Amino acid sequence: MSETAAVSAEVRERHEITTQLGMWGFLATEVLFFGGFFMAYALYRHSYPEAFAEGGRHMAFGLGTTNTALLLISSVFVAIADRAVRAGRRGLTLGCLATAWLMGLAFLGIKAIEYTQHVSDHLVPGRHFLPGQSSNPRLQLFMYLYFGMTGLHAFHMIMGLIAVAWLMNGVRSGRIGPSRPEPVAVIGLYWHFVDCVWVVLYPLFYLVGR
Amino acid sequence: MKSEVPMCDLIGIGIALLFLLALSALTVIGPSAGWKTIVSLAIAAAKLVLIVWFFMRLGRHRGLIRVFAAAGLCWLSLLLVLGFGDYLTR
Repeated sequence: MSETAAVSAEVRERHEITTQLGMWGFLATEVLFFGGFFMAYALYRHSYPEAFAEGGRHMAFGLGTTNTALLLISSVFVAIADRAVRAGRRGLTLGCLATAWLMGLAFLGIKAIEYTQHVSDHLVPGRHFLPGQSSNPRLQLFMYLYFGMTGLHAFHMIMGLIAVAWLMNGVRSGRIGPSRPEPVAVIGLYWHFVDCVWVVLYPLFYLVGR
Repeated sequence: MKSEVPMCDLIGIGIALLFLLALSALTVIGPSAGWKTIVSLAIAAAKLVLIVWFFMRLGRHRGLIRVFAAAGLCWLSLLLVLGFGDYLTR
């Protein structure tokens, strides 16, 4: 390797580490952002275990499990895209990113079906919450946390979809490729983080009380 | 930095993640019990380790990136431990 090529490789590696460090710093703040919700969930579940068990039984277990599988598989595709872009395999990169994007969209579609079901079941906190039923009054608290945490997660998914769409455009146009693969790794970190948050939300909402 | 995880290994990790998901889904069988929460959270922790180590490539990086990742975990732990400590000792 010539001296120029060696310097270029070192500069590239430093650039990659710097961009990834920036994303890891951002993700550390995101952990605290979600952390407040996790803290509230832990305290209220400890105080009102029966209400949380009842709330868990109102959740669509099958849809929640399907959504978890979708996100886990989408993470595999994003990880493969990260390796493929470095190897200069443009078709494979685009295919993996497109599949992950579609899976993310399917996740949001299933979430929308769940929310619609909760609205028709009168499970949205407020004046019309389960009218005429003597359910546990703390159930509303569970539903507040459910809508807050899954809603915040869904917002992050939408941001992830926009970012992956931008990546696909970059790979297609040639702006992102083997000579500049960092954006795939950095946005991939974000996508995997959103997956991690859901991995924790799944047992907290869909497995509680079962 | 260490060498990359091969693509075929990533598929293997994906299969392991789906197996862990199936295990957590199986905990709904039978009557509700306190141990199920512990088991399902332990399985979630195992899934997080796989994702962070292999997909987010924490296993490949050293130094500052690991410090940043550990800082996030440390702050969350402080929040939960101090929050619960105050609540349980009032």
